Amino acid sequence: MIGHARRRVDARGKVTGQTIYADDISLPRMAYCKLLRSPHPHARIRSIDTSRALAHPGVYLVLTGKDLPIKYGILPVSQDETPLCVDRVRHVGDPVAAVIAREELTAADALELIEVDYEILPTIADPEEALANPEPRIHDYSEEGNIHKRVAFEFGDVDKGFAEADEIFEDTFFFQGNTHLPMEQHASVAVRDREGKLTLYTSTQTPHYLHRALSKVLEMPAGHIRVVATPCGGGFGGKSDPFNHEFVVSKAALMLGRPVKISLTREEVFYCHRGRHPMLMKFRTGVKKDGTITAMHLQNVIDGGAYGSYGVASTFYGGTLQTTTYHIPKYRYQGARFFTNKPPCGPKRGHGTPQPRFGQEVQIDKIAEKLKIDPAELRLRIAVKPNELTANFLQLGTVGLEQCIRRVVAISGWKDKFRKLPEGRGVGLACSCYLTGAGLSIYWNAMPHSGIQLKLDRSGCVTLFAGTTEIGQGSDDVLAAMVAEVLGIKTFDIRVYSGDTDLGPVDLGSYSSRVTLMAGNAAIQAAERAKAMMAEAVADKLEVPKERLRFADSAVFDAAAPEKRVTFVEAICLAEARFGTIGTVGSYTPPKFPAAKYKGGGVGTSPAYTFSATVVEVDVDTATGLVRVAKLWNTHDLGRALNPVLARGQVEGSIYMGLGEALMEEQDYRRLPSRLSHALVHKFPSMLDYKTITSLDMPEIVTEFIEGPDARGPFGAKECGQGPLLPVMPAVANAIYDAVGVRIDEVPMTPEKIVRALAEKKAGRAPRYGPDHFPEMSWGEPLRVPPPWDGGDGRAINEPPRQPKPSREKEKVLTP
Amino acid sequence: MAAKREAPVESQKTARIKMVLNGEAQDVVFAPYKTLLEVLREDLGHTGTKHGCELGECGACAVIMDGKPVLSCLVLAVDCDGREILTVEGMETDGRLHPLQEAFADLGGMQCGYCTPGILLTAKSLLDHNPHPSRAEIREALSGNLCRCTGYLQIFDAVEAAMVEIAKRGETTK
Amino acid sequence: MMRLPLFDYRTPRTVAEAAQILDGEGPEAMVIAGGTDLLPNMKRRQQTPRTLVSLRRIEGLSGAHLDHSASQLGSCLTLAEIAEDPRFRNGCSALWQAASMVATPHIRNMATLGGNICLDTRCMFYDQSYEWRQAINFCKKKDGETCWVANSSPRCMAVSSTDTGPALMALGARVILHSARGEREVTLADLYNNDGREYLTRRPDEIVSDIRLGPLHGWRSTYWKLRRRGSFDFPVLSVAAAARFSHDGVVEEARIVVGSAASRPLVAEEAARSLLNRRLEPEVIEEATTLAARLAKPLDNTDFDMSWRKKVTSQFVTYALRELRGDDMRAERTRVMHSQADGVS
Repeated sequence: MIGHARRRVDARGKVTGQTIYADDISLPRMAYCKLLRSPHPHARIRSIDTSRALAHPGVYLVLTGKDLPIKYGILPVSQDETPLCVDRVRHVGDPVAAVIAREELTAADALELIEVDYEILPTIADPEEALANPEPRIHDYSEEGNIHKRVAFEFGDVDKGFAEADEIFEDTFFFQGNTHLPMEQHASVAVRDREGKLTLYTSTQTPHYLHRALSKVLEMPAGHIRVVATPCGGGFGGKSDPFNHEFVVSKAALMLGRPVKISLTREEVFYCHRGRHPMLMKFRTGVKKDGTITAMHLQNVIDGGAYGSYGVASTFYGGTLQTTTYHIPKYRYQGARFFTNKPPCGPKRGHGTPQPRFGQEVQIDKIAEKLKIDPAELRLRIAVKPNELTANFLQLGTVGLEQCIRRVVAISGWKDKFRKLPEGRGVGLACSCYLTGAGLSIYWNAMPHSGIQLKLDRSGCVTLFAGTTEIGQGSDDVLAAMVAEVLGIKTFDIRVYSGDTDLGPVDLGSYSSRVTLMAGNAAIQAAERAKAMMAEAVADKLEVPKERLRFADSAVFDAAAPEKRVTFVEAICLAEARFGTIGTVGSYTPPKFPAAKYKGGGVGTSPAYTFSATVVEVDVDTATGLVRVAKLWNTHDLGRALNPVLARGQVEGSIYMGLGEALMEEQDYRRLPSRLSHALVHKFPSMLDYKTITSLDMPEIVTEFIEGPDARGPFGAKECGQGPLLPVMPAVANAIYDAVGVRIDEVPMTPEKIVRALAEKKAGRAPRYGPDHFPEMSWGEPLRVPPPWDGGDGRAINEPPRQPKPSREKEKVLTP
Repeated sequence: MAAKREAPVESQKTARIKMVLNGEAQDVVFAPYKTLLEVLREDLGHTGTKHGCELGECGACAVIMDGKPVLSCLVLAVDCDGREILTVEGMETDGRLHPLQEAFADLGGMQCGYCTPGILLTAKSLLDHNPHPSRAEIREALSGNLCRCTGYLQIFDAVEAAMVEIAKRGETTK
Repeated sequence: MMRLPLFDYRTPRTVAEAAQILDGEGPEAMVIAGGTDLLPNMKRRQQTPRTLVSLRRIEGLSGAHLDHSASQLGSCLTLAEIAEDPRFRNGCSALWQAASMVATPHIRNMATLGGNICLDTRCMFYDQSYEWRQAINFCKKKDGETCWVANSSPRCMAVSSTDTGPALMALGARVILHSARGEREVTLADLYNNDGREYLTRRPDEIVSDIRLGPLHGWRSTYWKLRRRGSFDFPVLSVAAAARFSHDGVVEEARIVVGSAASRPLVAEEAARSLLNRRLEPEVIEEATTLAARLAKPLDNTDFDMSWRKKVTSQFVTYALRELRGDDMRAERTRVMHSQADGVS
């Protein structure tokens, strides 16, 4: 079972069209909802007149911000959204009203009958404008002006580290924002059920967080709300926030007493966004002649968009994991997230880490060249070691980075290619590290992060209840496989119910590569408990010691005398007779991470870290700058591949998405001449113009798993669905340099930029395209934490006294 | 403000056509502004056909019409009178999955599954017309179907595996 | 889900009947064939015809009579029918290549030659939903006053984005237009206007029924298309070139057309003339390239940076002329177009 290629449990539904996604749900008397969205990037709402829309034939209900005034947000520290804007719109596409009608076309037509009186406000398009214009503030709760959040840490005396360096490298990089673009547009159906309670079917990755937010906004006990996360037609982080439309249809269904559906258009999905933050980054890195890093200083200016979303976490992630790939003895990180009048950014595959990883890996390529060390060799010299405690007190476990590098060098023919291919052809190498599930929950609590319930009965069916969401990654299958492995049955004998807050125990959601490890460990615990009960009952019956019993091939038998056996169904019957109804539970809480005691030290902690190395070979047309990726090799340390077909799919899918980001994907906005217009619009909110890789643009990929079971992973497994994305962008940049000798310090790396850099090269100037300035700003006093090797104990030496927990707005818990 | 749309009018179900859906003749009644996509999903309950943009920019809604893959989001339902439509629901025959369905299920040809129906039908049409396509021909045939999960390679593998299986089944029936 | 606005649907059986309907309905009616251009525009409320006059049930608009002396193509031939028909590879390979590279295989199964010739001009400020256009207070192409591409422009600067148009112009095509008032034949070049809004000289009551090609004997032609991806994308620059050679490789007649660089395909007359009575030696190609590329003045309203598109124009003219000369350009085609389509024939 474990480790073998196998058809996933949800395969049949997906190849026959039987899988029911949110928009496939249709219920009797169902009404349709459409949202009226702001055409202005920043404006005060003076008044809204809905009377004409309400009078329109076929319209049942019109809602505005006043009907749903309570704020929510995914993070307790940034509760800054309302389902419909109450008094202010903050980006084009911000919803201001909703029409619920008999037909979708009617609802859409009636939107035009709503009259909104706006008072236009000045707009902020990017962090530099935000810095220059503290007023008007997009949110009053921001740290200062339009700076949403600043973080600053210093681990060790960084200036001393630079003084010890033989060379100091300073580089500025820009990583443009991009979006998830799941194939399925968000959709939701809300129902007031026959008991009068609320059920919401929706395409979400985080039903539990949504459940909490619904309870807060609707002022209903969570126990009276059921969230059913339908299988997601792709998520990639884009369905991890609670979204406006989910509250609106819920409220409407409660008010109307009939089911209400919303199905967003593709353009609206671009306005939901929560994608990759644009980051402008300045790296300063000191190295010894042998490549040893003495210190690193990273400054990161982050464009957050109009709302908080996961942004505070993203601001930490914009620097926190820089220490987990290479040994950095002294590290200073200063990050600042700004509010701008654009759809909010949030978590996309790799959450906050791909951007600084791009800068770091390109800079290492530059360092290697200057020091005349092969980039692979340099990385091997400075790679982190197993069980290392990093400068910022992240506790690594298994580390397969060295093997990743050695193998990718071998299978790609690196040594025969690097700096040896003809002009126009080149190879580039990059590595990365990523986490397997965040060590902390989004809201502070002492409860498990994952729970699993199993029900076994005399039918022989094992029913698995999980709070996880199947977003395509194969979580249903992985959980079923682990239970099947423990109980010695087939996955076909297990029925999985996931993503339903009524049926399954709480799981924090399908994000941060946490499900396999966290829900997996919970599933193993639940299965082991069931197995123990069955073993006890079977041992009595067969009169053998229970320790000798084996569970395999849908039977339970004596390992010493396999003919002494009962079938799996008989074993359940024996257990049911002995113990009564059989149900077991398992739960998982990440281990405590005692090392990092400083405030903010919880971000970046994880039960296990994965490592990747990638080599890309590119063809660059020197006349036009057009790039074709010829081939790509990836090695990924995933602990253990539970189902190699799924694992390969996760790795290849990550690489595909990384290539798209490297070459073409960008979420970009357009301003019009200010004397004529105040518009600030998404340049191309469509699948045609937001460019993603097609079947004709995808190169062949060679993937190799580096397996070395991690004790914390279920059956040794670590993540494989995010980490392999991270090295792709820098590897492409490094390959372009190898091919034509120009540095593209910016993502995406488009032909225009390459041609410009080639022109610079021809003119004898720095052969580079990238940002040429970095804003001056006050970063605030960093939290100073001496690293372990300087005798640090994980505490900051200058930390102000903390407020008693929970320091945040006291949560109102409604009881049924 | 510039031109408003024409005054909204309540749509009415007045169009009626006959078409053959997955091998069965059907009388279909629907609102005449609807595309084939909407009629399949909303009036006929065939939700296997998906949609990702409704503008012909993603391929998720592909179905086979009169033997050729087309985008159901850009086919007017009123224009389907007398036509034969095959959707993913019609790929199984005699309770047996089509070899493409088997191969996609086994070889990671789908993850989230949302682009899968459109890709299966496009691939079926390819294999119906060209039983032994090269990988380049497979790439070309599927170049109108976006997939955000797989990176396409396991999809190509699955089409190639199905191609072998279909040839094998053909041998045994000969 | 994006929904179409309401419309009346008419299915005439003959061109004459269609022309009668158009005549009666006035400019509120529009012709629909494949629908792949019009229906997305209707969903985005760029076009909201009251009546759709379908050409799909008219017999005789889907024929292709190819002959070395004179050919006639029905406007309802689908692009896939052209791409799959080996007859098009000889003599009019530019058309075959152009048709093969339109959008995606699915769209080529639906879209027609006539529809692609008459493709609405495109612009990043126009090919957006009603709500998006509302956020910029609309534009000169539709409902607004300002051209956001060139603010002081007296006309709409939307870009001609047809693939087959430039290819057919290089092949010297003529089109037949039908209306209730009769039939007229114009060169394809004369069908186009350099105005993003009034981009066709076709009257609203006219139907493009056929495309006529002159003698193909001795002609070689090729089509180069710039786009970001291997499929889906409209051209953001294209070069179609055709030439008739003497038996010893001297150019006797030539046409070069630059597409997607203005509101109509641009005929590079001077460049084509510079090739006459010469062999396509490198310096001859260079001269023609300079002349042709001079015409292209791309603006910031398509994918890619405009100055880069301008730069690529000369590269593409060179590629096209080298291919006409007989160079094997398959490697360049793969590299810059991700294209599977073979070279010239």
